[in-house]
Order: sequence, then structure tokens, then C-alpha cells
Amino acid sequence: MWQATHEELRGFGFTIVTVALDKSPEAARPWIEAAKPAHPSLIDTRHVVADLYNMVNVPTIVWIDARGRIVRPNDVAFGTDTFKHITGLEAAKHLGALRAWVRGEAAPLSEGRTRELQALPTEAHQQARAEFGLGQWLFERGRAEAAARHFERAGELAPHDFTIRRGTMPMRGIDPMGPEFREMLGAWTKAGNPYYRPLPE
Amino acid sequence: MAEVGFTVIDDGRAVEVASAEGVERARHAQGAGRPVAIDLDERAAYLGVAASVRARALASLEAPDFTLPDLDGRLHTLSNHRGKKVLLVAYASW
Repeated sequence: MWQATHEELRGFGFTIVTVALDKSPEAARPWIEAAKPAHPSLIDTRHVVADLYNMVNVPTIVWIDARGRIVRPNDVAFGTDTFKHITGLEAAKHLGALRAWVRGEAAPLSEGRTRELQALPTEAHQQARAEFGLGQWLFERGRAEAAARHFERAGELAPHDFTIRRGTMPMRGIDPMGPEFREMLGAWTKAGNPYYRPLPE
Repeated sequence: MAEVGFTVIDDGRAVEVASAEGVERARHAQGAGRPVAIDLDERAAYLGVAASVRARALASLEAPDFTLPDLDGRLHTLSNHRGKKVLLVAYASW
């Protein structure tokens, strides 16, 4: 998905780092082996990055400058148009902005604007992440039924967090592309909620 | 008979303690404002990070650092890329 962009821009002091929020390395392996990435391609079964960055769905992208500072907070962007027919989101707009920033042709967002656009977690959401963390630990130990109880509780506490509600489906024996996902998505969007939350521009 | 154990997962690390101590540590963390998930049947508790702590870190705009493995188990740390611009991408197979 992102290898071409990495190749194009790596000469400008730039790298991509991808993180798979998957239940196991094996779940992510086919994607990574197909992409053959030259950039770090990491596995995050415990959703460490989702917790640190308050991510609520995938894909989520963040721009980090050479000093290690966030210059574009959580946004939705795809590396290619493979899923455009489903998501309605085009890769080109973000890629254009990314190119301009990496090549030094355009400034990123200001600190003030970056903070304005950041979504910060609530206490209920962090409780949901603790429930996820316990569920994930139980799942790793083969305690799938006990794990499912905590995943479900987590989803109730943070209904907008699809790294939890959809991301735990494979650990609850549910097809994350199947009817239960479509039903959840339908109820969510019918109530006026967005599934993807790209930054306003 | 050995005492029944309890697992406390704190900062991502699991430690085995006696049951009474485990429950006490979970209560203490809750009292300190941390989110805690507890399962008495499974004898385990997960101590999470408070929203205020996460919010402060994010609002500082310092990119939170992390170390994660790749498919070969090799560990990578985000801050090792300091000096380069980074596009961080979270994705999943689901």
C-alpha cells in the first residue's frame, strides 16, 4: 500500500513506518509479504500505538517531523486507491500534501492548528482500552471466552473505536467483513456517526 | 497447597503476585485515577493509562515513542528515526 510512496520520497530524509493492529503476526503476514516493504513494518497485537496516539480506526496516519514532533495529527489516508470504491477516499489528496511537506515545498500545520485538530481520549475510552488490554492478554493465553467478555465491554465503553469493535472480531470468532460487521456499521452510520474521520480541510 | 496467584499487567508487563496483593494493587491504581480492568474469575487485572496522562502527552506534540517487533521479531523504535520525517501508518487486515 505504501511502498511506492516510501521509494519515491526516501531520498528526501523520509521514512514510512507501518504498524499492523492485528491479532497476530500471522494475520498481518500476507499483507506485508505482498507489499515487500523497504520501510519498518511492525506488528502491534496489543494496540500499543492505538493507545498512545488515541487512534480509533484504520487506516490512521500521523506526520512526525525530524525533531520527533507531531505536525499532522491523526488523519485518514490510503496509500493507493484500492479501496476507494468502498471508502470514497482518494489517496491523491493526502499524497500531494505529503510530497510537498517532505520535499520542503510546504509547511505542515501550525502547532496551534495541530492541537485544535487533535482528538483527546476520555476516561471512558481509557477504561475501554484497559478492558481491551485485559481481553487481549486473556486471548493470548487461550482464554477466548473470558477475553470476549472484556472486548464486548470495551466496545460498549468506546462505541466509536473500531480498533476495538471491529479489530477484536477475529478474536471473538466473528468475520470482520461479514454480516455482523455490516450490521454494526449500518447502525452506527444510521445514527449519524462517521466511520472514517478525516481531518477537515 | 500453593497460594492461588493473580496476574497484574502494568505498563504492558505481567507480574504474578498473591491474590490479595493483586486486588490491592488494582484498587490502589484505581484510587490513583488509572483505568483498571479486573477479572476475578481469571485472577487478572490490567492497569491502564489515565486519559489526562495521554491527553497531556499528545497536546505536547512530542510524538509518543514505542518499540515494536517486525515479522521476524526484530525490534524497532520510532525515535531511532529522529532526523528524518516520518509517516506513521496504522492499518490492519480486518
